[in-house]
Amino acid sequence: MSISLSITNLSKIYPTGEGVKSFSLDIQNGEMVTLLGPSGCGKSTVLRSVGGFIEPNDGSIIIDGHEVNHLPPEKRPSAMVFQSYNLWPHMTVFNNLAFSLKLKKMKKAHIIDKVKWALNLVQLQGYEKKFPSELSGGQQQRVALARALLLEPKVLLLDEPFSALDAKLRHELREELREIQAKQQLTMLFVTHDQEEALAISDRIVVMNKGEVEQIDSPQNIYNYPASLFVAQFIGKMNFLTGYAEGNKIHIGSLNFPNMNRYNKSVTVAVRPEDVVLASEVENGLEAMIEKVMMLGHYAEVSLKTEFGILKMFIDRSEISQFKMHQNIRITFATIQTFTDEQDIHTNGYSKIQNLTKEEIEVYEKV
Amino acid sequence: MWYFKTLGKGKVVEFILLAIFLLFFFGPLLNLLLLAFSGEWQYPDALPKSWSLEWWSFVLADESIVRSMWLSFLIAAIVTMISLIICIPAAYAFARISFPLRRFFLFSFLLTNAFPKMGLYVAIAVLFYQYNLMNTFIGIILIHLINTLMLMTWIPSAAFENVHRSQEESARDAGASPLKVFWYITLPMAKPGIIVASVFTFLSSLDEAQGTLLVGIPDYKTMPVIMYSIIADYPSTAGAVFSVILTLPTIILLFAARKFVGADSFANGMRLK
Repeated sequence: MSISLSITNLSKIYPTGEGVKSFSLDIQNGEMVTLLGPSGCGKSTVLRSVGGFIEPNDGSIIIDGHEVNHLPPEKRPSAMVFQSYNLWPHMTVFNNLAFSLKLKKMKKAHIIDKVKWALNLVQLQGYEKKFPSELSGGQQQRVALARALLLEPKVLLLDEPFSALDAKLRHELREELREIQAKQQLTMLFVTHDQEEALAISDRIVVMNKGEVEQIDSPQNIYNYPASLFVAQFIGKMNFLTGYAEGNKIHIGSLNFPNMNRYNKSVTVAVRPEDVVLASEVENGLEAMIEKVMMLGHYAEVSLKTEFGILKMFIDRSEISQFKMHQNIRITFATIQTFTDEQDIHTNGYSKIQNLTKEEIEVYEKV
Repeated sequence: MWYFKTLGKGKVVEFILLAIFLLFFFGPLLNLLLLAFSGEWQYPDALPKSWSLEWWSFVLADESIVRSMWLSFLIAAIVTMISLIICIPAAYAFARISFPLRRFFLFSFLLTNAFPKMGLYVAIAVLFYQYNLMNTFIGIILIHLINTLMLMTWIPSAAFENVHRSQEESARDAGASPLKVFWYITLPMAKPGIIVASVFTFLSSLDEAQGTLLVGIPDYKTMPVIMYSIIADYPSTAGAVFSVILTLPTIILLFAARKFVGADSFANGMRLK
């Protein structure tokens, strides 16, 4: 597999202090990589640097083997879909799409064919004569995507393209994008702050925070094995407790877990709500009182009061009847993540726990 | 009667006030129109006794008057053209580039309108004497240009700002050089604002009296300048005829530009961002 886009040591710091420092990433041909993080983490800076709209202080960007640092946006083999204000309102849909082709001095008949193909791809056949003001938000973004695809770019850059749309439309367009990407074997770099979106569509996710990379991994691994405290609290829902590490065990109340990373003293333990389970009669368990049960569709969220604070627990909707308010239960954790207090040590690469052997994983899962 | 009762007293009073205002506003213009076509009209008749077009033929036959009309329109057109060439790039710079003292320079355009015009013109006249620009075509053009600077920079600048950056960026992404982006994307999108500014520039140039009087005499007499002598030397009907001719372009242009002249187009332009 060849590398489509290679970013090495990209740095761009703004006068306000925001930006990215020494960002590096390699994207394979046909891969969909998402830059995920909160506002101000630098993801848009990286994307716009690749597109040529920002001049970085340092670093190199290589697309398909060619260095593009010194090239202006019109000469780069990349295409960008912006969050909003994509289309030109004084031109019809046809002219919006044909703009780039006319610049290349293509023959009229050829242009008409290509525009038809592009509209077909985004399910907007017959919309040539409409103006952008006559289209809905979702349709406008579809046309913007079609326009970018017509450029036949080596890398497609998307800057939060669905953020301005309502939830249902976002889901729909997400799937369509994935389909198009798979069909055309396109390399895509996607930027979003919506972690659900990132988990849903990416081959790999780059979690960013304050200009640094927290973790680069597949969605599965990011969810199951977050590399840092930031990733743990940013992705999905997570409970946080304080545990105590000693020797080869981590203690949380009467519960014990293996101390895989040889931490010492006080540690932060992270547990996913779905990993909080009822302890059987023979196991160790933590005392918990049910504060409230919230029905959320096919599952319910139970708020538990324990000596370590409030914990959230996910249960299947069939089990709701077993959980009554003010009931006392005993819980344990199916699997945990542990982080030390000086966890601003970022692992710029794969998760620490990545290379466990099969036996270790089995032991780690449950005590 | 029941109609007025249902409306309520407030509405009726409002209506009366509006009627008075309209009368006050349009009364003189209506009077002017009637005067231009009247033959004999004595107070206290409400309408002229007889109608005639004799003053129209007089005005249109007089050579110096016709010449002044050509001159006015020629100057207005040239001034608008030059103003466009000078001010549009400046407007774009104000909109897109954040250079030092930007707000100061933008604000400085107000200066031409902040002082009593005559004072400004007298100072300019002194300079013109030094450079032999008095009684020259170029001198008049320059005087007119000064008046147009503010309008032609502020309003298009706001129009350019309304063109979102990502629309220009996506054009560059599509393969257009910065000049092509300006021509195919930015300029068409800013067109309404630019047209508004151009219309007002043209009209204000047609209207310019004081500066032209100072600089243009004795060879170059535009319509407003001629107006002074017509009112002095001829009966009021001639003045009315000339008035109508002078006002006509304004009305026509404003009607034609109504498509672009929304209240916000002008108001947006007058903000200092």
